[in-house]
Amino acid sequence: MLKPRKTHHYIRQALKNDCLRAAVGKATDLAVRKRQDLVNETPYWEDLRHHVHHLKSKVLENPEQSLMTFEARCIANGINVHWAEDAAEARQIIVDLAAQKKVKKIVKSKSLTTEEIELNPALEKAGLETWETDLGEYIVQLEGKTPSHLTMPALHLSRYDIGRLFEKKLGIEYTDNPNELLQVARQRLREHFLSADMGISGVNFAAVEEGAFVVIENEANAHLSISIPKIHVAIMGLEKLIPSLSDLPYFLKVLAPSATGQKASSYVNIIGGPQQHLMEEGPEEVHLVILDNGRSNILADASLRETLFCIRCGACLNICPVFRQVGGHAYGWAYMGPIGATLIPLYNGLSEGRYAPFLSSLCGACFDNCPMRIQIPKHLLTLRNRIAESGKTMLIERVGMKIWSMLAVRPRLYRFITGLAAIVQQLIPFDKAFPAPGYVRHRALGRMDSKGFRSRFMDSEDRREGGR
Amino acid sequence: MTVSLFIPCLTEHLYPESGLAMVRILKHLGYKIDYVDNQTCCGQPAFNSGYRREMIPVAERFIRLFQDKELIVAPSGSCVAMIRVFYDQLALDPSLMPGLKALKERLFELTEFLVKRNHHDKLQGCFPHRVTYHDSCHLSRELGVRQQPRQLIQSIKEIDFVEMTPPDLCCGFGGTFSYKFSDVSVEMVKRKCESIEATGAEYCIGADSSCLMNIEGYLRKHGMKAKTLHIAELLSRSLDLEKGAA
Repeated sequence: MLKPRKTHHYIRQALKNDCLRAAVGKATDLAVRKRQDLVNETPYWEDLRHHVHHLKSKVLENPEQSLMTFEARCIANGINVHWAEDAAEARQIIVDLAAQKKVKKIVKSKSLTTEEIELNPALEKAGLETWETDLGEYIVQLEGKTPSHLTMPALHLSRYDIGRLFEKKLGIEYTDNPNELLQVARQRLREHFLSADMGISGVNFAAVEEGAFVVIENEANAHLSISIPKIHVAIMGLEKLIPSLSDLPYFLKVLAPSATGQKASSYVNIIGGPQQHLMEEGPEEVHLVILDNGRSNILADASLRETLFCIRCGACLNICPVFRQVGGHAYGWAYMGPIGATLIPLYNGLSEGRYAPFLSSLCGACFDNCPMRIQIPKHLLTLRNRIAESGKTMLIERVGMKIWSMLAVRPRLYRFITGLAAIVQQLIPFDKAFPAPGYVRHRALGRMDSKGFRSRFMDSEDRREGGR
Repeated sequence: MTVSLFIPCLTEHLYPESGLAMVRILKHLGYKIDYVDNQTCCGQPAFNSGYRREMIPVAERFIRLFQDKELIVAPSGSCVAMIRVFYDQLALDPSLMPGLKALKERLFELTEFLVKRNHHDKLQGCFPHRVTYHDSCHLSRELGVRQQPRQLIQSIKEIDFVEMTPPDLCCGFGGTFSYKFSDVSVEMVKRKCESIEATGAEYCIGADSSCLMNIEGYLRKHGMKAKTLHIAELLSRSLDLEKGAA
């Protein structure tokens, strides 16, 4: 649940946590460097970005048509399609399905959409034993928290934190040796894979043409979650469509470098239906939950629809100087960083999401790094405008802007007021009385010039000599 | 040729010296100078904070004031980007569109202008100090101006130019961001200042007064050695143009 009032609290917590910031800095630096190396050796990188943007734009141009075709092809392939209007409906569909099939144990592979709909608490409440099987997600689940990065969920924890966590929650002897910790997790997870009745995954791409969906991963845990249990449930936001599997390579080509700085992801699972006759692998039943949760409205909003082109690679987080200071939890929701700052008000409403678009210096690095060419800074500005115009900003700021607007079209009055301000600044210790104490606590304030450029220029020889 | 000056708010009210330095450089290169009187603001602070309704009249006024000028030069990437890139996002009076188009073609950021016109050969002054350069976000990312300031700096004799790493990391100012999320902003400028200090530079050169104000504020408050210097002032000082000034 998003708690906008807590934004500043979350930020203060994050800034106090030196360990967190060191970990975030180190991991994002590495991801940025590795990505840049790969981009440098891909001469057609910019063309790829344009191409995948175009593909996504094409398939979402008429989303209803694309979704109808996709659904029909999925059904023909034996996939059970469920439509969920919102988060509550999606949770209910999955909980009901589990009850109907007498499921006791569920293994999950990493899915941000399940974080968005807060699925895990609902499964636990229904008495379903649920295990995250992505290593990072597993750690975060043991910690009882939520992921702090789109692709590196446990980024906020060091190996020492994880060692202590495993000692406490898994009853093992303390170790901070990453390899030993990994082996413990592997062993525990293996037992869960073999005894689970249902596997739940997200979806990276859904191919309209073939009625198949794609799950990308590096740990093979998604592969095991999908192929071992008898029932597989996948959940996707309705924007995950791509035209066809033949377009998939382009997306894969941009995704892996952007996400983890890898040339290619380790595993690409393509699910085109349940186990076939004479085959011994794969689930007997495949269910696909297609989630709206506000997406249709965003797609209908021409100026912001491309925010749904996001493939959740996290490249904008890694390069973002704000994210690198505060980490993912400061945003207070499943999606964080620059793209999160646009999605938070879009999914939760302008009032609930009134701070997120302002948590950016608008430096623009996110757009440069976005493999999908989503113009994040532009969308942040659009959202800021909507938030301000719906009266969700501070009254003093609204009044101040009205006054500024009135003055800025009246140059003489404007000069008089700014001249007055310069005098006032010289008379009183402005550093202490400055209306924004946060700014001056660690920064000396610039001094307003008593005359200003205009007067100085008018008086100078420069003007006389130059003539007009 | 006549160059009309577009003087951003911070240059007008806090750093007139960088505006005057720009005037001296342009005059040194033989341009006539025209000051468009009654200019106020391009509207960026309000735009970035979401107040388009309030800033549209200000933007429209700006277009009317400058649309007929032959050449317009400003000592700021951020303010030039506002007009060249961000005015397109506004629902402006349609009758102003031809004026905006004309304005966009004739408006330049100072370093972009100097290099585009091949003036760097005539700006080879002398500045025997170690300097580093901060890429301001709008100048580098929105306008794509990265090489030009470096070219100008490196043309100066006896200058010891050292890049900071990374030079294009945001300084954390971001207008109202710097007080809305001041704690985050301070951490960002801290990192910027540490990377400046690591170069051992005496001066951090920049082409935007907003970044320089933020950086200078932190450096001064924390007693750090480096000083900030606008690139217009660097060029003017290296050519020793101050003497001729009033």
